[in-house]
Amino acid sequence: MSTAATAALPGRTVPVPTSVAVITGRNLRRLVRVPTLLVFATVQPVLFVLLFTYAFGGAIHVPGVARYIDHLLPGIVVLAIGFGASQTGVAIAEDLTTGMIDRFRSLPITAAAVLAGRVAADALRNLFVTGLMIGVATAVGFQFHAGPAAALAAVALAVAAGLAFSWLNLLLGLAVRDPESAGLAGLFPVIILFFTSSALVPVATMPGWLQAFAKANPITVITGALRALCLGGPTSRPALEAVAWLAGLLAVTIPAAIARYRHATST
Amino acid sequence: MTDAAIVAEGLGKRFGPVVALDGVDLELPAGGVLGVLGPNGAGKTTVVRILATLVKPDRGRARVAGFDVAEHPAAVRRLIGLSGQYAAVDPVLTGEENLVMIGRLSGLTRRCARRRAGELAGRLELAGAAGRQVRTYSGGMRRRLDVAASLLAAPPVVFLDEPTTGLDPRGRLALWQILGELTSQGTSLLLTTQYIEEAERLAGMITIIDHGKVIAAGTPDQLRARAGGDRLELQSPPGQDPRLLAGALAALGTAEPAIDVAAGRVVLPVTGGAGILPGVAGRLADAGLRVTALALRRPTLEEAFLAWTGQPASGPPARRAQPAHPARSTR
Repeated sequence: MSTAATAALPGRTVPVPTSVAVITGRNLRRLVRVPTLLVFATVQPVLFVLLFTYAFGGAIHVPGVARYIDHLLPGIVVLAIGFGASQTGVAIAEDLTTGMIDRFRSLPITAAAVLAGRVAADALRNLFVTGLMIGVATAVGFQFHAGPAAALAAVALAVAAGLAFSWLNLLLGLAVRDPESAGLAGLFPVIILFFTSSALVPVATMPGWLQAFAKANPITVITGALRALCLGGPTSRPALEAVAWLAGLLAVTIPAAIARYRHATST
Repeated sequence: MTDAAIVAEGLGKRFGPVVALDGVDLELPAGGVLGVLGPNGAGKTTVVRILATLVKPDRGRARVAGFDVAEHPAAVRRLIGLSGQYAAVDPVLTGEENLVMIGRLSGLTRRCARRRAGELAGRLELAGAAGRQVRTYSGGMRRRLDVAASLLAAPPVVFLDEPTTGLDPRGRLALWQILGELTSQGTSLLLTTQYIEEAERLAGMITIIDHGKVIAAGTPDQLRARAGGDRLELQSPPGQDPRLLAGALAALGTAEPAIDVAAGRVVLPVTGGAGILPGVAGRLADAGLRVTALALRRPTLEEAFLAWTGQPASGPPARRAQPAHPARSTR
């Protein structure tokens, strides 16, 4: 083997944390430089809080809740994170079509690093989005009612829900391969599940046939757990249900996305 | 460990009903340059993808830098650089950020990655643009950045899939020069190309593939020698239809003549060397035809390519005629 060229290289094994950190850095740079992504992370969450509060807030009265924003915020945080995650599917499909994935796969890094780096950047974005929405909501009257520990747990649960959304969208993006289709494939389930969940209105106000679906809907379950953490009341059962849903989703989507990635090439 | 940078035997790959590769053999000695030449859709990119561990072959084996690509893909990835068919660089990052990222993912320390990024940006004439987002780059600049990325970790084996496609002549020359320097430092290079000139200029060995099969392999000289004898080139004087020349001499040829009516030029594949010239002169005299120039020469690689594949090297992928002058036995 020739040597003048290889001499420049000491060890060329890339530790997993390094590769994940490098990919995370790439995605964070994209996040602040691409206007669409920036809007998904800043303008949209603020609009969600203001539009839903002022457009729906006057008409909807939820029994037992003084201010609609207290009831509303958990659901629209999930919505904002779910919408934002569709950009993750778009991005991975773009990387596939531009040959970026071919390049990454030819490098001495583990398959999971490229995907994990994407999810890690998403998690940081979601932390920011959640904080931003809490801030704006607080300005229009939102309050935590269950103490700071529960509030922190709510933020953690929202970010954890984001992990599941991100992995799901990575899987979708790698499966449909085309960036535009990936965007739609990521948005549709969120839109359908959001409006058939307890996010906006109590499930009890829905027709009977929809109630069964709405109760099992993961967005209802996650929103329910977030509400318990924000508003107080019985918390362990909804939190466990939400964690079970998220763990189940991750257990399916992570291995499936990694398996897809391992065989993904640009054509 | 063998001495060869790349050894592939009987590589086969199908994608659904499409047979992309049908038993391809390749060999690249360490430090050498192998040009894989073929028309669009011949299977060049699939060869690169298999050797770069992106795709598993259905059959056959390949060793790159001493490691089997199917059994030890991780080891192979530590020793290769890949520049794919399209510039795979992030348009949102700057040129330097792209290079540092690939360097870090190739196992370089941050400092080392920065240093190499600076060096390569300079060598590929990107130094002035390294701080700009890649979306402001021209196609040629992106392509050079992509090549730089594949060289960042100084891998001993480099794959370049059509590296100069889309480059202007100046960019092409600059890249050729860099690739020449690279190989003089001991890097083994496999490049695919549709351009004969590029293969001839850079590659010590050329493998021509078409329809997923190797149809010829050897040095440029060997390929020309095997293309079938010599070429008789005649220039018709203005006002005389060159097709008349072709008609008068067709019987002496070993294949259909190539006629360029506008230029008044006829090129006829012949065998027998200078021994055929009296016959040529006799037939021209009998037909009362004149020529302003007449030459007997070795075929160009372009003509050799045409003879084997039935179409020009960089021609349209559409009409895939059967080879007019097959030489499939020459391996």
